[in-house]
Amino acid sequence: MSAPVVVAGASLGGLRAAEQLRAAGWDGPVTVIGEEPYMPYNRPPLSKEVLAGKASFDSLAFRPRAAVADVEWRLGTRVVRADLDRRTVGLADGTTLPYAGLVVATGMRPRRLPCPGPAAGRHTVRTLDDARALREALTGPGVRVVVVGAGFIGCEVAATAVTLGAAEVTVVDPLPLPMTGPLGDLLAQALRDRHEQRGVRFALGTGVTAFHGDDRVTGVELSDGTVLPADVVVESVGSVANTEWLDGNGLDLTDGVLTDEHLRVGGRPDVVAVGDIARFPNARYDGVPRRVEHWSIPTDTAKHAARVLAAHLNGTEPGLDPFAPLPTFWSDQHDFRLQSFGAPALGKDDVRVLEGDPDGDVLAGYHADGRLVGVVALGGAAAAAAAARHRAALLKQPALTA
Amino acid sequence: MKVVVDMNKCQDHGQCVFAAPDVFSFDDAGHLAYVPDPDEALRDEVEEAADVCPLQAIRIED
Repeated sequence: MSAPVVVAGASLGGLRAAEQLRAAGWDGPVTVIGEEPYMPYNRPPLSKEVLAGKASFDSLAFRPRAAVADVEWRLGTRVVRADLDRRTVGLADGTTLPYAGLVVATGMRPRRLPCPGPAAGRHTVRTLDDARALREALTGPGVRVVVVGAGFIGCEVAATAVTLGAAEVTVVDPLPLPMTGPLGDLLAQALRDRHEQRGVRFALGTGVTAFHGDDRVTGVELSDGTVLPADVVVESVGSVANTEWLDGNGLDLTDGVLTDEHLRVGGRPDVVAVGDIARFPNARYDGVPRRVEHWSIPTDTAKHAARVLAAHLNGTEPGLDPFAPLPTFWSDQHDFRLQSFGAPALGKDDVRVLEGDPDGDVLAGYHADGRLVGVVALGGAAAAAAAARHRAALLKQPALTA
Repeated sequence: MKVVVDMNKCQDHGQCVFAAPDVFSFDDAGHLAYVPDPDEALRDEVEEAADVCPLQAIRIED
């Protein structure tokens, strides 16, 4: 039997890669390897509906397409090494697998704070098991919650904790406003106001220096010496790429896995990367390779990468233009939604209110060289719909040059 | 081809409308409307719509 395509990673990116390999005409064997014991599941609700108890953990499972019924799933083990010259990967259980093609889809893991103090009571939100443990902790009576990191996950978890009736919810971040990286100051200010109106407190412009407590955490010490009492701590301070298993192959692994404009890795036609581990140049923008942690990226990258890999393995031409996805993200917090299209982060120096005003439903436009490069809506359904009306124009724009 | 959307899951993200505008649309009230029995020729775009639904609320029953 011929060697399989090995897909390292069994989350959304790994699932979509397997499905898209079939759709692209790869009829040979496919083996997907995943560290978690679960079939692929949807992660965004882990900080929102599922954490809040409004949806069940069971509801998260993806329904794989019928075309992947013959795919071999090796779950509960992980890839620990790779030899790209010999086309083999090694698993944690000691097995060595040869491959015809390799899909790198091992994703990210939460970064942890290196501060001293007890580990018990400190949570992250990445996996189903993480969310189960956090939900149990948050549903205790009168819990005091400190969320470290005011990004997407931190803001979502803070909102959910308030919904669950936590006694105190405080979000700590060294930056002066929440989510200012993706949103810029105008919307970040509006976001902070909304959270505060709904009971979330902020400690901004300050870092965390230590965790207090003996067996489990009882407080969080800030840079200025203040100690916030805490029963539950959530660390949402970014993520680290799971690339260690690729060490020793001469790859650029400085932040995820560097790919070319067709998501190929290390100049090898038989290795591609998908999902948030892939650091790819987007032909739509300035060509600078970046990792993107939006939910749409695993599906977008898998579709392109699978066609490239299947064409190589089948000895045909993929006939694809360079990868150029239109970024999109959303975030549900309290009773409002953030909805973005395009690349607002590239236009944060020139932000204009296109519709509404920051106290209500608002649509902000982000500009580079006077041209609209992204929109973000904050508010209800009408604001999100207003953002969607700009999507077609953002898709049609010619490439930005650096 | 038969398409079913779990309207209890749908949160009006509209990603399906972008992926398969011949099958999915928003009505005047801003709620999702869809063609439950689209032509087989639209399968690719309906599959794309099912893939990109953030709530995974779209099911294709052949």
